[in-house]
Amino acid sequence: MTVESLGTPVRALSEEEVLASLQPLEGVGAPIRGPRALTDDWRRFWHLTFTIARNEFKLRFFGSMLGYVWQLVRPLLLFGVLLFVFSHVVDVGRTAPHYAVTLLAGIVLFTFFGEATGGAIRSVVDRENLVRKIHFPRLVIPLAVVLIACFNLALNLLVVLVFALVEGVRPMVSWVEAPLIIGMLIIYCTGLAMLLSALFVHFRDIQPIWEVFTQVMFYASGILVPLELVRAKTSPGLFHALMLNPLAIIVEQFRHAMIDRGALSAGQVIGGWWQLLEPLGIVVAILAVGFWVFNRSAPLIAENL
Amino acid sequence: MRLKAQTPAAPRRSRPSGADHALVVNDLSKTFEKPEEITHTLKERALHPLRRTRHERFQALTGISFAVRKGEFFGIVGRNGSGKSTLLKCLAGIYAADQGRIWVDGRLSTFIELGVGFNPDLAALDNVVLNGIMLGLSPREARARYERVIEFAELKEFEDLKLKNYSSGMHVRLAFSVAIQVEADILLIDEVLAVGDAAFQQKCFDVFNEMRDAGQTIVFVTHDMSAVNRFCHRALLLERGRAVMLGEPDKVADRYLAVNFDHTAALEAEAAAVRGLEQATAETEVRGFGDGKARIVEVWLEDDDGNRATSVAREQMASIRALVEFNEDVADPVVELGVENGEHVPIIVASTAERTEHTGRFKPGDRAIFLFNFGNLMAPGRYFPRLTITHRGGGLAVIARYQREFSFISINARNTGGVIDIPVHTDNWLLDASPRVGEAVR
Repeated sequence: MTVESLGTPVRALSEEEVLASLQPLEGVGAPIRGPRALTDDWRRFWHLTFTIARNEFKLRFFGSMLGYVWQLVRPLLLFGVLLFVFSHVVDVGRTAPHYAVTLLAGIVLFTFFGEATGGAIRSVVDRENLVRKIHFPRLVIPLAVVLIACFNLALNLLVVLVFALVEGVRPMVSWVEAPLIIGMLIIYCTGLAMLLSALFVHFRDIQPIWEVFTQVMFYASGILVPLELVRAKTSPGLFHALMLNPLAIIVEQFRHAMIDRGALSAGQVIGGWWQLLEPLGIVVAILAVGFWVFNRSAPLIAENL
Repeated sequence: MRLKAQTPAAPRRSRPSGADHALVVNDLSKTFEKPEEITHTLKERALHPLRRTRHERFQALTGISFAVRKGEFFGIVGRNGSGKSTLLKCLAGIYAADQGRIWVDGRLSTFIELGVGFNPDLAALDNVVLNGIMLGLSPREARARYERVIEFAELKEFEDLKLKNYSSGMHVRLAFSVAIQVEADILLIDEVLAVGDAAFQQKCFDVFNEMRDAGQTIVFVTHDMSAVNRFCHRALLLERGRAVMLGEPDKVADRYLAVNFDHTAALEAEAAAVRGLEQATAETEVRGFGDGKARIVEVWLEDDDGNRATSVAREQMASIRALVEFNEDVADPVVELGVENGEHVPIIVASTAERTEHTGRFKPGDRAIFLFNFGNLMAPGRYFPRLTITHRGGGLAVIARYQREFSFISINARNTGGVIDIPVHTDNWLLDASPRVGEAVR
């Protein structure tokens, strides 16, 4: 074989040919936008949120031998200790009617608050693998955390119901308020979940700060000591500041509507229903700001992780 | 005529019109902004509230435009860092592009990594459903596909096992099965071919071939040129965030390899200059072998046009040349060339004695060129020429030697696995009225 028979050598295309092949064209179909917090496909959004939450919940439920028992033990243990202290050591427990039920309900509501917000903080960063590898509405992640907390809340409230009936609380018409009160709690926590998870991407010390804040919230929300007692011992200014806390209003109204009609309602304790607009306004503001912050950072989360 | 043994490419449509396209990218740019110091805490922010963090901008993609036709197997190739993964992530909607637009006609599924969102503590069913939903199915659709997924993955007997008890191979099989059962209109695939055991890999290749033949639109990102050649109808070459070429895979592949190795060669030259001095000492030792009546000053590669080169493309002519300086009278020396590959296997062995015994009489101070011209059929890779000058007729009477100081690269888009890549023409036909073996015996 002579060398010539090997044929023409391999050559790259000429510049003109290259440029011609790279001509832009007019669009077809739908434009692709970058990652966003939400999606046009609401069913997919819901399916994703629900499936992630369900899988996670299933893991906690069946993950260890006693599963759900462990989920209950923590709030119940706290409840037992506090009940002992406040009934036998400090005198609060004996004067307030249905103190035990109130305390348990308060702890359950607070547990939801802690789980939903504390769990959401790290959620986006911890699911880095998902965020960097696949396109989906980013808001699914913190919302799934809130949804898991909702599953837990539902089960825990069942325990509270059983306990309340045993303790002699009778069903009341005012129980219809329950969805409203719980709904407000969920909205409040959802706003915080969005806000915290988005901020955590940039500011990692949000987490310890929030842990401290959560602890303060436990004592500032009238869970241990009924709010009317707190009001009697504090200056009006300080009490007003305390009442800006939506969690306190929610716990108080829950007690009034669900357990003890004799207890003050949220409106009464704060000094007039119009005053309730302040904590309500805070809930709405946190939801709005939380969504705004999350929505703004959603397109860049994948790059900033 | 090129002797390349290649199956004919799939029929191409004559002229692209808008309606023919599944994916159109127009003038796409993407810049990453990385703060020079990342402030991860509020304290740092609080201490320096007014200091603006300076950002380091990195232009990952610049003005990329291309269109993928419906039913096309489209390759995106480039070296590491050329922007191909960024481009894929922009197409997939994971990164927001800061300029330009992308249109897509139909449902698009991305496989940047197989089994995204798999939870090791859950069994196959839950993971398949979650992964399916992630990829765009409804829960019902995902559950309906479960049986097929498990069957394809050959994991029927392990379906109740938690994923953490799967071997990595089983993991990949499950993930790949979900991926191909999603039935998206356009698939974006990022180098997932290099996974699983050989048997499963073959299965993946079969699936890719099937998909291509069935007219599935696939965008495939890789740096493996042989895969591009094997599957793609067309390919886009990226270089430092720019689209430099779009066309037939073999042409793109050749350019890719040329660009790639030129770059490598440039880097090596730089490194060599730094090492220069030490090397000079080492060279004398190697060259010192022999009786020293002549010295091989330099060895280099020259292409067909007479330019020095560091690489030679497949089926191209090139020559290895040696400059020899004589110190004493030498009559009819024999120069032998051996070209070894990276594994020290001799690929070319040639000698001037094959042509003539009379290479000439040389006097002290003479300088001469010895040339070995060849057509390159070597497999892609790096090659090391070694030269030996001996006295006429005496194989052991060595005058000088040159070993492994200079190397060059053979560029070849195909990597057949053979040591050399001889053009092969294949054919087959039916013999008419041929008797069967059984009949012949009777």
